[in-house]
Amino acid sequence: MARSSKKVDEKPTAAAKNAPAAQPRRIVVDPVTRIEGHLRIEAETDAQGVITRASSSGTMVRGIELILKGRDPRDAWAFTQRFCGVCTVVHSIASIRAVEYALGYVIPENAQIIRNLMIAAQYVHDHVMHFYHLHALDWVDVISALKADPAATSKLQMSLSPWPNNSPAYFGGVQQKLKGFVEGGQLGIFANGYWGHPEYKLPPEVNLLGVAHYLEALAWQRDVVKIHAIFGGKNPHPNFVVGGVPCAISETSHATAVNAENLRLVGQVIGKMREFVDQVYLPDTLAIAGFYKDWTTRGEGVGNFLSYGEFPTGVGAAERATLQFPAGVIINRDLSKIQPVDFEDPTEIQEFVAHSWYSYSAGKQVGLHPYDGETKLEYTGPKPPYEQLDVDQSYSWIKSPRWKGLPVEVGPLARVLILYASGEVRTRGLVDHSLGRLGLPISALFSTLGRVAARTIETKLIADMMPGMYDALMANIARSDLRTFDDVLFDPKTWPKKARGVGMMEAPRGALAHWLTIEEGRIGNYQAVVPSTWNAGPRDAQGREGPYEAALRGHKLQDASRPLEILRTIHSFDPCLACAVHVVDPNGEELVRVKVL
Amino acid sequence: MEARDNHPTLLDHLRRQGVSRRDFLNWCAYTASILALPPSASQAIAQALATKPRPSVIWLSIQECTGCSESILRSFEPTLESLIFDQFSLDYHHVLQAAAGNAAEQARDRAIEQNFGKYVLVVDGGIPLDPDGYYSTTGGKSGRDLVRAAAKGAALIIAVGTCATYGGIPAASPNPTGAGGVHDALRELVDNTEVAAPIINVPGCPPVPEVMTGVVVYFLTYGKPPDLDNLGRPIPFFGRTVHDDCPRLPFFNQGLFAKSFDDEGAQKGFCLKDLGCKGPTTFNACTTVKWNEKTSFPMFSGHGCLGCAQPKFWDREGGFYGKVF
Repeated sequence: MARSSKKVDEKPTAAAKNAPAAQPRRIVVDPVTRIEGHLRIEAETDAQGVITRASSSGTMVRGIELILKGRDPRDAWAFTQRFCGVCTVVHSIASIRAVEYALGYVIPENAQIIRNLMIAAQYVHDHVMHFYHLHALDWVDVISALKADPAATSKLQMSLSPWPNNSPAYFGGVQQKLKGFVEGGQLGIFANGYWGHPEYKLPPEVNLLGVAHYLEALAWQRDVVKIHAIFGGKNPHPNFVVGGVPCAISETSHATAVNAENLRLVGQVIGKMREFVDQVYLPDTLAIAGFYKDWTTRGEGVGNFLSYGEFPTGVGAAERATLQFPAGVIINRDLSKIQPVDFEDPTEIQEFVAHSWYSYSAGKQVGLHPYDGETKLEYTGPKPPYEQLDVDQSYSWIKSPRWKGLPVEVGPLARVLILYASGEVRTRGLVDHSLGRLGLPISALFSTLGRVAARTIETKLIADMMPGMYDALMANIARSDLRTFDDVLFDPKTWPKKARGVGMMEAPRGALAHWLTIEEGRIGNYQAVVPSTWNAGPRDAQGREGPYEAALRGHKLQDASRPLEILRTIHSFDPCLACAVHVVDPNGEELVRVKVL
Repeated sequence: MEARDNHPTLLDHLRRQGVSRRDFLNWCAYTASILALPPSASQAIAQALATKPRPSVIWLSIQECTGCSESILRSFEPTLESLIFDQFSLDYHHVLQAAAGNAAEQARDRAIEQNFGKYVLVVDGGIPLDPDGYYSTTGGKSGRDLVRAAAKGAALIIAVGTCATYGGIPAASPNPTGAGGVHDALRELVDNTEVAAPIINVPGCPPVPEVMTGVVVYFLTYGKPPDLDNLGRPIPFFGRTVHDDCPRLPFFNQGLFAKSFDDEGAQKGFCLKDLGCKGPTTFNACTTVKWNEKTSFPMFSGHGCLGCAQPKFWDREGGFYGKVF
């Protein structure tokens, strides 16, 4: 395969131009592919090829919060949903929760269950796709699979699980397909991968298994997303509504999608999800992890973890008290103490812009709570096309959120650690079992591979919760409780003149909250602090790195022109950039320098 | 499109991968049907695809949410994997491709160079129109420059999604980043004929997946876009409103309307006009092609149409719950 070189990936510092490999360098990865959105990483390495400083930059902005100002708060879910088409459910949920919280709007229990089912389906769908389609190619060498003995892959599959696609003929067929593809000379999406890189450690047989499941997961994801289509009309971007869910239940007729036949389909899809997680995703994760145990000692990040909690069983005032995934903060790896989070306290959650392309009226050094969110686009970077950012100045469209001044990591690892620290029995069992199988201590979780394992573990936890959600919905329907929406507060005429609220949720990628104010039935201010802002943000006013940046520091690159190690650790966070860079000043139109052609 | 010497035809490729001729013909027949072509067209599609090499497709994402890419991943007939492994060569797509950084940029540049004048360019996301272009960059280059450079060698340009067609959500008032669609970004290059390729608009937020794949297959078969309307949309998919084919239409005709999302009318499938449905003014294929293997579509699942395939739908007076009439 062609090796990349020169220009963008491998940019020698001015003094070291055309120097041999063992010189300090600036390595630029842009675009970071197999993610959602536009992410650029600039990494400085020492003479040994070890990253001494990494800088994470979001390079796209749209300004959706400015667009939201003055609109109907009931419409906001559709706008915020377009923050991201990958996590297509989560911003809608955060938005409708924020509006409902502001208005004291209580939804029917069925609506809560259906929302939970849609969130859970999003998690399982998203995590499996991340593993196979966005992350696997960092661990699985596609071209090496051509050398595999399909009979050996078959034996391996049989030893891992009862998954039925396990015959030598099946894997031979996959290999044949791949062979045809490679021999045709048009490698398409597999062109220019870092194939053959010495960091690829899997035997050809495991690589073939990975390629087979990459393809199987493409078909699986298309099928299981039907849960969103039934309750929300389509995926991507299913529909929601403030006050409940929009899908009326018509169990006895075929007048709407939520009918007897499709409710059975929901049950079947949950079965397919669990089967794939149990028989393919979980065993694959453990099998692949066994070859990469050295990745349990690098890529940790900041050692602080935050979760807002998810899957409420109650409604109204009971919502935050009945979270099945708990909220909290773990600081400095201390699993003995889970600290509470206060969304309204102006000193807890704050956003900084010291190294972001925004300005604050009180200067770039202060932090602001989202209710007081004041952000003005102020691009000071180089004029495109550019080769390099000035990472001592502002270098990203992402802000730097902090909890009580500290950078924190959000996402599957944060959730699993908080579940584990809270003593949750199933989590303890799964974590201990998985680590035991690999012969690893609990500290192994604080790493690149730990993040990957945590994502798999929580997928199983959530998939296993889905039958309970489904049964609760079916039990309500059986006793003729078909309520899915409450119209009591839907008309803005019923609202107070002023209100404000926060909608929190746990998205697959981590803690997510939307803060809004409502004035005379319209949006006054709208601010979202999203998972990839927490994880991908630049250094703050004190120079403290965000989680991506901290995680990359210390990585040794075997081949600076093919920085596979950077991709592994960045992908382990599952970046989702479009929603991380959308914040603009709700009052700042005049500051936006735009020439419209 | 002429066969290149060094690449096998699609049928060679499919045979090598063990795809039967029968499966191939069934697929061609389905594609002809959703394009509203006569049955005889399926033979034309089969012949065209069986005798041509896999064309290069370059997919650029600018101010995108990735919903359009996610949507095409949900296409059932044909599936995305059948397309990218069997029908065309997806040489640049920053969500799916293995290569990153410079290796990814090289793959794109090589595909443009080797297939100049022949490749299909797909664009999703809005495009900041300011030549300075710092609201969206990839590899240090502005989205506008990337689209304009790639457009010059394209045989066909497909703007997918309402952002790439009409500016979409980034262009919603007050359009903070000065975003527009592909037509806006290419306007003077089209006027001075530096860009000669036809531009097809496939709106929707996101578009129905089989509409995107259907348009590509039509082009591969006939070497030209399907008939387009005055907004650049392919008429087979955008010739009728979603209201025209809605199963709730009989209730509309009887004057029976749901008044709340879970009232008796909602449970019986009454028309959603009074809950804000924009179906009567929205041209799209949601009620014919449907979504997610025909599992549902917005109105079937109880929410009115948002009008997401129409220009300026984000700024429509009355919002999503205001009555269309």
